[in-house]
Amino acid sequence: MNIIVCIKQVPETTEVRIDPQTNTLIREGIASIINPFDMYAIEEAIRLKEQQGGQVTAITMGPPQAESALRQAVALGVDRAVLLSDRAFAGADTWATSYTLAAAIKKLGAFDLIICGKQASDGDTAQVGPGISVHLNIPQITYVKKIEEINIDNIRVERMTEEGFEIISSPLPCLLSVVKEINEPRLPSLKGMIKAKKIELINWSNNDLNIDGDKTGLDGSLTQVIKIFTPPPRRGGQIFEGEIHHSVDKLVDLLKKDIT
Amino acid sequence: MDYFLTEEQTMIRDLCRQIAEEKIRPQSAELDEKEEFPWEIIKVLGQSDMFRIFIEEKYGGTGGGVFEFSIATEELSRACAGVAIGYAGTALGAYPIMMFGSEEQKKKYLPDIASGKRLAAFALTESAAGSDAAAIQVSAKKEGEHYIINGTKQWITNGGEAEIYVVFAVTNRSRGARGISAFIVEKGTKGFDFGKKEKKLGIRASATRELVFTDCKIPEENLLNREGMGFPIVMATLDKSRPGIAAQAVGIAQGALDLTVEYAKKREQFGNPITAFQGIQFMLADMATQIEAARALTYAVCREIDRGAKKISKDSAMAKLFASDMAMKVTIDCVQIFGGYGYMKDYPIEKYMRDAKITQIYEGTNQIQRSIIAAKLIKENAGKNKAG
Repeated sequence: MNIIVCIKQVPETTEVRIDPQTNTLIREGIASIINPFDMYAIEEAIRLKEQQGGQVTAITMGPPQAESALRQAVALGVDRAVLLSDRAFAGADTWATSYTLAAAIKKLGAFDLIICGKQASDGDTAQVGPGISVHLNIPQITYVKKIEEINIDNIRVERMTEEGFEIISSPLPCLLSVVKEINEPRLPSLKGMIKAKKIELINWSNNDLNIDGDKTGLDGSLTQVIKIFTPPPRRGGQIFEGEIHHSVDKLVDLLKKDIT
Repeated sequence: MDYFLTEEQTMIRDLCRQIAEEKIRPQSAELDEKEEFPWEIIKVLGQSDMFRIFIEEKYGGTGGGVFEFSIATEELSRACAGVAIGYAGTALGAYPIMMFGSEEQKKKYLPDIASGKRLAAFALTESAAGSDAAAIQVSAKKEGEHYIINGTKQWITNGGEAEIYVVFAVTNRSRGARGISAFIVEKGTKGFDFGKKEKKLGIRASATRELVFTDCKIPEENLLNREGMGFPIVMATLDKSRPGIAAQAVGIAQGALDLTVEYAKKREQFGNPITAFQGIQFMLADMATQIEAARALTYAVCREIDRGAKKISKDSAMAKLFASDMAMKVTIDCVQIFGGYGYMKDYPIEKYMRDAKITQIYEGTNQIQRSIIAAKLIKENAGKNKAG
């Protein structure tokens, strides 16, 4: 089984600080880690390899320092690592990112499964995984919490929904995005760490992927970030007590005032 | 202090530190209270290759030595010495096979130990044979192509949890210490049962049990080396394993000091954090210095052993003696700095004091260590006089 895991390097913090002038993340003094949700994707891919045989390839798009995220993935048991790094890729939105990743996956050749974390802890969009599947024209199953069964042709999974879960089958190849309920990621092994030090990464630039410039990076992005800000904290709600119809009247009055 | 560890040794240290902080520390109070064997953590150690680091590459190891093993033991002990000894006990059980086993025995047992699939144990102590190891009563009688083992071993680390036991038994009583032999006995062998699990002062996450042999029949190929080699195997194994106990003691002391510095900075009395008082400062400074001295000695002995030095008994005993006495003293002082809180089980520090005590007792009491050191010292001196 040939499995591809898409990962992202993110700042190690839950409170992302944003420079109000440039609308970009403030990265100074913050360590970089693999996006926590991607750790579940890596773990699931390695478990599948251990059961089914085959190989796991981790792929990331990012600045040259994203190499350390790939090496960390190798230390966990990933066999191959691909770094997509090019100035032309910079500033990509989720469309351009997923387009670039999809192009690299095509170039890697045949695969059975792509696994992504459900979303990145910095951008929180949850769009890149599904975007890749659209660019590759393969089925996608998001929010997967369990792989029930997998063979060379098919997969059956449990997918989280707000009220419970769905059981979905799909032919392979397909793309999964996984939630943290799916497994408990392992720690690296010593052999893995030694391998991670030595392994030669596959480095691809825009030239290697042969993508039109207008489809990558900032130029290829269909969306543009106008402003990023921390929303003001929600103010406490108001509770109307007493007779139900009085409360409803009061609420309607207040809502009307709010609109005007 | 920078000990110029190799890249691989640094990886082992960092990985064990991560395992200790993420997997061991959150559970250590509970494991201590419930006296539970930490199988979940042992599994993590196996997956992380920590049982490979002291085993040769051709048997599934990564080819490290006593130093690699001691670095791992020290780091694990910073979080919980009980968990660390569950790990270290396996190395103690593996060393006799590594040093004295036949090619077949090594191929049969070491790969499973390296992968963490099976734990090992070293079974020497009996109720009447502690420091006087040659006084053992468990017997092995040759019958055709088998040996029949009878008797009871006591206080065996990893007893009941390990699957591979190196058991020392008398094969020829008239020859005294030269009549002892070592055998590999697997869990599940008919006639091999486990007695009660001991309740202990410290290292309570580790399993300590009796091994009971009742006409336990094992094939003759399970004899380690040859008959009568038991005592030399014991001595060679303990020479090699003692730095591990020294490392455990260093880890316990370091773990306790780390917590104590953190506490002392926050604890206020007379309007100041207690670290503002010279009395506390001097205690902290003495502790840090003692720990570093013990670590330096331990690492030096580890390197000496791994470079193939032959006469290691004295140095190995010195490391174990110094580090364990240091750990006892340091942990007592740590409890002192915690004051009343240190005496309470709600705080983690009293456990370090309870755990430290065993390092002065097992793998040769510190009195035995002093005997070894003195005997070698006097012998060396006698040699000098002759030469002079």
